Amino acid sequence: MLIHTENITKHYKIGNYVVEALRGVSIDIEKGEYIAITGPSGSGKSTMMHLLGCLDTPTSGKYFLSGVDVTSLTDLELSRLRNREIGFVFQTFNLLPRISVTKNVELPLMYAGVSAKERAKQTESILERVGLGHRKNHRPNELSGGEMQRVAVARALINNPEVVFADEPTGNLDSKTGKEIMALFNDLAKEGNTIILVTHDATVANYAKRQLKMLDGKLQEGNYVV
Amino acid sequence: MSFKDLIKSSLNILKTNRLRSFLTILGNVIGVMTIIAILALIQGMNNSVEQQIQSLGSNTIFVQRFSWGAGRMDFSEIAKRKELTLDDAWAIARLPAVDKVAPQKSSEIASLNYMGKSAKEVEVVGSTPDLQYTTNYTIDAGRFINQEDYNRKQSVCVIGGYVVDNLFTTEDPVGKYLNVRGKRMLIVGVLGRKGSFLGNSQDQLIIIPLTTYEKIFPKPTGMQAVFRGLSIQVLPKSSKQLEQAIDQIRELMRRRHGLSYDKPDDFGINTQESLRQIYKNITNIAFIVMIGVAAISLLVGGIGIMNIMLVSVSERTKEIGLRKAIGASHRNILYQFLFEAVALSIIGGLLGTGFGLGIAKLVSIISPLKAAAPVWTVILGIGFSAAVGIFFGIYPANRAAQLNPIDALRYE
Repeated sequence: MLIHTENITKHYKIGNYVVEALRGVSIDIEKGEYIAITGPSGSGKSTMMHLLGCLDTPTSGKYFLSGVDVTSLTDLELSRLRNREIGFVFQTFNLLPRISVTKNVELPLMYAGVSAKERAKQTESILERVGLGHRKNHRPNELSGGEMQRVAVARALINNPEVVFADEPTGNLDSKTGKEIMALFNDLAKEGNTIILVTHDATVANYAKRQLKMLDGKLQEGNYVV
Repeated sequence: MSFKDLIKSSLNILKTNRLRSFLTILGNVIGVMTIIAILALIQGMNNSVEQQIQSLGSNTIFVQRFSWGAGRMDFSEIAKRKELTLDDAWAIARLPAVDKVAPQKSSEIASLNYMGKSAKEVEVVGSTPDLQYTTNYTIDAGRFINQEDYNRKQSVCVIGGYVVDNLFTTEDPVGKYLNVRGKRMLIVGVLGRKGSFLGNSQDQLIIIPLTTYEKIFPKPTGMQAVFRGLSIQVLPKSSKQLEQAIDQIRELMRRRHGLSYDKPDDFGINTQESLRQIYKNITNIAFIVMIGVAAISLLVGGIGIMNIMLVSVSERTKEIGLRKAIGASHRNILYQFLFEAVALSIIGGLLGTGFGLGIAKLVSIISPLKAAAPVWTVILGIGFSAAVGIFFGIYPANRAAQLNPIDALRYE
């Protein structure tokens, strides 16, 4: 089992109110699965992705990633985990505007301590893979939306992660470009990558092989019966 | 992230924000520039004062009623001390390590007049012929006072360059007469010029025999006696015997004054070294004040850097969130921002050092002040600015590192 959570909850304090974003969620995801976490806004799907992506820790409950209890890790260990095991693709691309496509894609390798020569080699091949070999020296603002998202996908894949999270990956794209990006994810899934889409858009969710539907901080349907 | 990557990416970010980076470091540039310029000029001044001190007559010992020093002096105690006498001087002259002795007294007169011209505030020095050796006088024309002048209390004088410049612009002064406190004095010689010492002209004087001096000047009393009483200039046999001569004089004077072993000296034995000490005391104060001023400008520069770094952290909140999401640790982010701050301030330090040395050079070209810039001043300037960068960069960098990645990613 790649991902296994036991009854995780997440509470935020906003002023005097406590917001219960997650109220006990148990999920199991196998390696190589292509999954969509869906639900209306406020359902807790983004919080779920942040916890599964090790950007945050649950208020209570257990989370095992590749058998490791993530809730007991330190900041340094979590950052290492995010660096090596997890890739993120965001709705707003989140590329660094001042540096080239190549530099953006190789950032995770830099934090992993990979040598410049090795970085260049890996970046080159991953950019070819997402069809941007000819754009590697451009700045992000010289690219179209679809191209920017491809750069983000390349960056998410560069460290060969166990799981790739995509948070509304087509939200800022027109439908034609959105389809192209989804086609890219389909290909990646076929190659054996574990992909978790987070979306409120049913057409996007339908690309996935399994859907986890969330509502009011709880999982409505989609988990295996344990 | 490797050290090299860290430096490269920090510099890259500063380069893309050129104008802002430049304005940010301006405070640092000015601070370091001030420090370096001041240090270079003070160092230059030290060198030239050292030369002047050496020009005084390098081994001369001055025996007086008080010791030189910039510190506190108890004048009421000094006024009670025994006066130095001619017998003291002749006794010192017999000491084995002593070569020449010149007892002297001096007074300032308001003006010296000659044919309608006047020279203001001239020092009249009464002494013996050996003063020429103890003070290293040279003779431009005529002769110095001699033993016969002294023995016969002759009304003769030797005049300094300042007097020549004011009274004898066209004539040869030797053989002319000057009126000094109602006494006609024959000018027998002109002294070679010594220039000024710490801003005081050393040529603004006339020298007459001590015996003649005592005839025309009344015996000073009270406080006047402390400064206008007899002092004794002593030249040791050689520079190697300077310390020995000082010891012998001290022992002799204590015996002559009947001091028991537990009493402090009631006289002063002063040398060039005492002057050097005074100069050091004065410049140390000036130095501390100036460094204080420069430190304030560095502080202001540092606050400027901190300010911009805080702006930069909040502007790049989203970038920080992303970097954390893709694997940057707390420490990676801390170092990244700290490095930017340190890089900014070191660049500021380098520019400031360059400008500071330039200013010092300029000052030494257009003024008599000479600048000298030892390597340590440059190291100090750059070291200081790096320290400022670390000190003022820590807080913003830590703030960046503490950001929660989710909040940072959500930030618009």
